[in-house]
Amino acid sequence: MHVPDGFFDAPVSLAAGAVAAGAVAVSLRGAKRELDDRLAPLAGLVAAFVFAVQMINFPVGAGTSGHLMGGALAAILVGPYTAVLCLSVVLLIQALLFADGGLTALGVNITLLGVVAVLVAYPLFRLLTKTLPRGRSSVGIAAFVAALVSVPAAAVAFTGLFAIGGTADVPLGRVLAAMVGVHAAIGLGEAAITAMTVGAVLAVRPDLVHGARDLRRPLVLRTTRTDAGVAAASAGVAAAGAEAAPADAVEAAGAAGAGRRSARPVWLAGLAASLLCAGVLSFYASQELDGLERVSTDHGIMEREREHDLADSPLADYELRDVDNGLLSGGTAGVLGVGATLAVGTGVLLLVRRRDRDRVPSATTTGAGPNGAGRESRGSDRGDSRSAPDAG
Amino acid sequence: MSTGHTHKLYRHGSSPVHRLPAHCKIVAVFAFVLVVVATPRAAVWAFGGYALLLVAVAVAARVPPGFWLRRMLIEVPFVAFAVLLPFVAEGPRVEWLGLSLSESGLWSAWNVLAKGTLGVAASVLLAATTEIRELLLGLERLGLPPLLVQIAAFMIRYLDVVADELRRMRIARASRGFTARGPRQWAVLAKSAGALFVRSYERGERVHLAMLSRGYTGTMPVIDRLTAGTAQWAGAAALPLAALVLCLLGWLL
Repeated sequence: MHVPDGFFDAPVSLAAGAVAAGAVAVSLRGAKRELDDRLAPLAGLVAAFVFAVQMINFPVGAGTSGHLMGGALAAILVGPYTAVLCLSVVLLIQALLFADGGLTALGVNITLLGVVAVLVAYPLFRLLTKTLPRGRSSVGIAAFVAALVSVPAAAVAFTGLFAIGGTADVPLGRVLAAMVGVHAAIGLGEAAITAMTVGAVLAVRPDLVHGARDLRRPLVLRTTRTDAGVAAASAGVAAAGAEAAPADAVEAAGAAGAGRRSARPVWLAGLAASLLCAGVLSFYASQELDGLERVSTDHGIMEREREHDLADSPLADYELRDVDNGLLSGGTAGVLGVGATLAVGTGVLLLVRRRDRDRVPSATTTGAGPNGAGRESRGSDRGDSRSAPDAG
Repeated sequence: MSTGHTHKLYRHGSSPVHRLPAHCKIVAVFAFVLVVVATPRAAVWAFGGYALLLVAVAVAARVPPGFWLRRMLIEVPFVAFAVLLPFVAEGPRVEWLGLSLSESGLWSAWNVLAKGTLGVAASVLLAATTEIRELLLGLERLGLPPLLVQIAAFMIRYLDVVADELRRMRIARASRGFTARGPRQWAVLAKSAGALFVRSYERGERVHLAMLSRGYTGTMPVIDRLTAGTAQWAGAAALPLAALVLCLLGWLL
């Protein structure tokens, strides 16, 4: 589906070029963050792979055959940013050297085959792998669906561009029907091959499938060394080495395991929920007196009650002074209250934790804190991804 | 690496076109194709003029016609598409040899065919007269991000290696009696593709380590910086400027 020169008018070609340039710039930044100085050789080789895999002919029967486009496959295998880069480079070289796809249509081709395909396939793939039960077959199904949808999606995007700046005088409905119809059939083949290829890689080197990083199991190191660094590198070793390991090493491994299961999602969800309650739902809370106040008023205790020392503080009575709107005032007061509570609570927690850490002998804690463990495991992952692919 | 120093798409020579700096040629070809795309389709003679301009460049570059035309065969699948246009487009229809063809469809087909062919011819000439290494240097000189140029360079450098790997796999399959007939054989082909990915990725990791051990810091040293004088720019600009004159005439007449 390489669009040639002359298919779209000049303004659409230039606009698509600008979109493609922006996408490549974003992807360069994202891919550099993921791969840093490994980017050039790895992305180059993956681009060569994409180029080569487009040369494999998949027989459909009756003497015809099709080939992969590879957008969804590249996104699942190496991640969306690197995939956009690889596909852009492949299309650039195909246009410049092989005259496959027009030079002025380069932007259109990158936008359709690279950006749209990846932007549709990868989020869909992630969504499916998150919702389906964990396992290899789920990854296969997700890859199938992602590739299946991404090809007609590119065809729909093509029709959209055609509506703006197509040069041929064909009714739009017919273009859409033809493009989506043909590409739905192509997408079926693409989906089957993508799913099978991802499955083949998953069976041999599961650590290389970027989209299935969640499936990695913790690395089990079979070693007699039991110092904290080794134990922290893998929480799984704690069970295996429990008999031989000294008590503090086991403890350290336990701490590392706790540190790895990040509390951040829980923390963020809790914060969001309390802010929601305090900021919005609190307005709908009863404006009546609560139980204690009710009883005291009924029995005349209230009259003797002295006004609270902070009654004229800015936040008194859960309302913000000088703000008339009830919802805004109550909500803001609630949010500020949650913030203050959170700050005090976190401060107390940090103090307690520091005191706990001081009590443990310093020798065993060097690599055992949650941060230390994270650094350890990441270090081993970077150092040799073949022998310790799962540590991060 | 089993290939020679140059790619088979490149045709060695020492013509004035070969000697132009790569970035001038890239700009010239790109501007030329842009002008062609912006030409109204009714100006049929303008497209003839463009074709003559390209032939003049090919003669100056001493690119044999057979080589040039054979390389342009890549266009064929898309010609088939253009032929369909007169049948599906709408508008007033004309009778021709007993076929009912749409008039605007015929114009569209002509438009796509003429512009596409000229674009392919221009890029084939560029690839035939410019070495790949120079092409990449030219792209970098024109402000393409250096990292992107590096990726493209690695891709081109290892493309033949990876394709050879694929070829060896095919021979291995064939020598074990495998023939791909239909979708039933896809699983085997997909496993080959998977193995190819693993091998390519691992080769990338090895290449990276080898480069690190030779002092790679993320950027490649620039050994020969491309420069172009006014005369060279003027020589390269001759093609798009002549095309621009034709294009303006096409709009005015």
